[in-house]
Amino acid sequence: MLELVDVSVQLGRRRVLHDVSLTARAGEFLAICGANGAGKSTLLKAALGELPATGSVRLNGLAVAQTRPATLAHLRAVLPQDSEVAFGFTLGEIIAMGREAGDFATRPDVDDLTLAAVGLQGREADDIRNLSGGERQRGHLARALAQVWEPVSPQGPRWLMLDEPVASLDLGHQLQVMRLARSYADAGGGVVAIMHDLNLSAMFADRMAFLVSGKLEAIGSPGDVMQQALLEEAYGCRIALNHAPSTGPWLLPQACQ
Amino acid sequence: MVTLSTPMARRLPGPTLTLALAALLLVASVLSLTTGAAGLGAGDLLTALWGEGLSLRDQVVFFDIRLPRLALGMAVGASLAVSGVLLQGLFRNPLADPGIVGVSAGAGLGAVLAIVLGGLLPGALIALVGPALVPLAAGLGGWLTTLILYRVATTSQRTDVALMLLAGIALAALTGAATGVLTYLADDRQLRDLTFWGMGSLAGATWVKLATALPLMVLTLLVAPRLAHGLNALALGEAQAAHMGVDVQVLKRVTILAAAAATGAAVAVSGGIGFIGLVVPHLLRQAQGPDHRPLIPHAALLGAALLVLADLIARSIVAPAELPIGILTALIGAPVFLWMLLQRSGRGR
Repeated sequence: MLELVDVSVQLGRRRVLHDVSLTARAGEFLAICGANGAGKSTLLKAALGELPATGSVRLNGLAVAQTRPATLAHLRAVLPQDSEVAFGFTLGEIIAMGREAGDFATRPDVDDLTLAAVGLQGREADDIRNLSGGERQRGHLARALAQVWEPVSPQGPRWLMLDEPVASLDLGHQLQVMRLARSYADAGGGVVAIMHDLNLSAMFADRMAFLVSGKLEAIGSPGDVMQQALLEEAYGCRIALNHAPSTGPWLLPQACQ
Repeated sequence: MVTLSTPMARRLPGPTLTLALAALLLVASVLSLTTGAAGLGAGDLLTALWGEGLSLRDQVVFFDIRLPRLALGMAVGASLAVSGVLLQGLFRNPLADPGIVGVSAGAGLGAVLAIVLGGLLPGALIALVGPALVPLAAGLGGWLTTLILYRVATTSQRTDVALMLLAGIALAALTGAATGVLTYLADDRQLRDLTFWGMGSLAGATWVKLATALPLMVLTLLVAPRLAHGLNALALGEAQAAHMGVDVQVLKRVTILAAAAATGAAVAVSGGIGFIGLVVPHLLRQAQGPDHRPLIPHAALLGAALLVLADLIARSIVAPAELPIGILTALIGAPVFLWMLLQRSGRGR
């Protein structure tokens, strides 16, 4: 369980996160949504212990701020929004780094499994700097996945923490990555992902958390959070909200105000 | 139909490279031991190894002139190359060479301070550190410059290359000015020491000189391999390294200390020999890839071999005179540096 209680973050004079309390459960895919500057990345960084924050953050019962990085690395892996890699590491070397940072140093077979999971099989010898933006993003996802390859450890569930995992992906690969996150949660792991795409979030996530100006404005099932008034207010545009019988709510943006 | 493919990274198998580098070092060592003004060759070396039949003069040439010089060359070359790897890993940038970014200049200032003002220290302290005062002061100078450089050029996600190189220029200018003031203040005996030291050469190597610097060098060479795993992760940025289980603050502190200690010790006994820390890691990354685990020991081997070879050329090319070895390493290293800059601009960053 990932548990945030009254988490606030102050950057300089500005308070960018106000008393956010939320719980993400193992076996669940939680999407964090909101407009630009609403505090999504700040919330994720606070949950990771990357930023000085007040309040408490616990992962599987461990206080994140007081836990050694090596212990946390066995429990959770992080996909940052963009990662620039120094020197000419190959994709295979980077995935192996992730795998060895987790519990899977003796499982070289995991490398190929993660490559296949993100659709980059056979590309392990490529210099990561020569990949396209979307390929690089999937490559880093493969590294994160290798670090927490088995969703459940003897010490409890493992976690994938993703900052905009589908931001630079085409339609097909967006679905591939979302299915991957979904099946990780279905297998007992926890997934927390910052998402811009509300439709994809509603299709794949169990719950959505919606931030407005650093405050947690709504949290719940996609049906609860995808409310016309809330979204029109947050994004400053008109929205046509629909419901698909198989996948739940979806929307189309209309004219901006 | 045209098939496009991204260039694959080529990798030489590790054991092959290790053996080749060890062989290169062995050849360089034998050549270094059997070349020189005294006219003693390989046959004499074999005789010397069997421990008989050598005149006292020849024994002195081998054991008190050539052997300490060889050992000093190996230690300095290995230290500079490993310092280069450590600094580059820390700055996540292959252009961070101790000479280029001002760390050697800072170490130089430390050494000059110790030579000129060392006499003002309390006698007890001098007795405690003894002849290691100059290497220690140089290490301290290198450490301070590295700290300043890191503060100026690096944020948690990336190193600004332009800032790093500019800060290096500023630090070198500053330490150069301070060194100038100290030179002005120095008395005759100190001036002689400074001149000897500043020539940047392995000439005048003695076992005593080696012994003053060796502890710091050996310490770095022992610590550096333990940093390899963390430096690999650091290539993905500080935040990611932390999420991959690395204690980034400890890693940074130890890396800065180790690089400064080795650079300081090398500068203290050999003056400013540049570009070894740039060229050696660059060549090795081409051959084996950037993984720091093999890179660090390989850099020690290749750095030692290259510096011994450079010293060999420096003292035979204009024999019986001697070319300062720093000139030779700059002749080879500076074009490589320019080439690396060109490559980067071709990459568009």
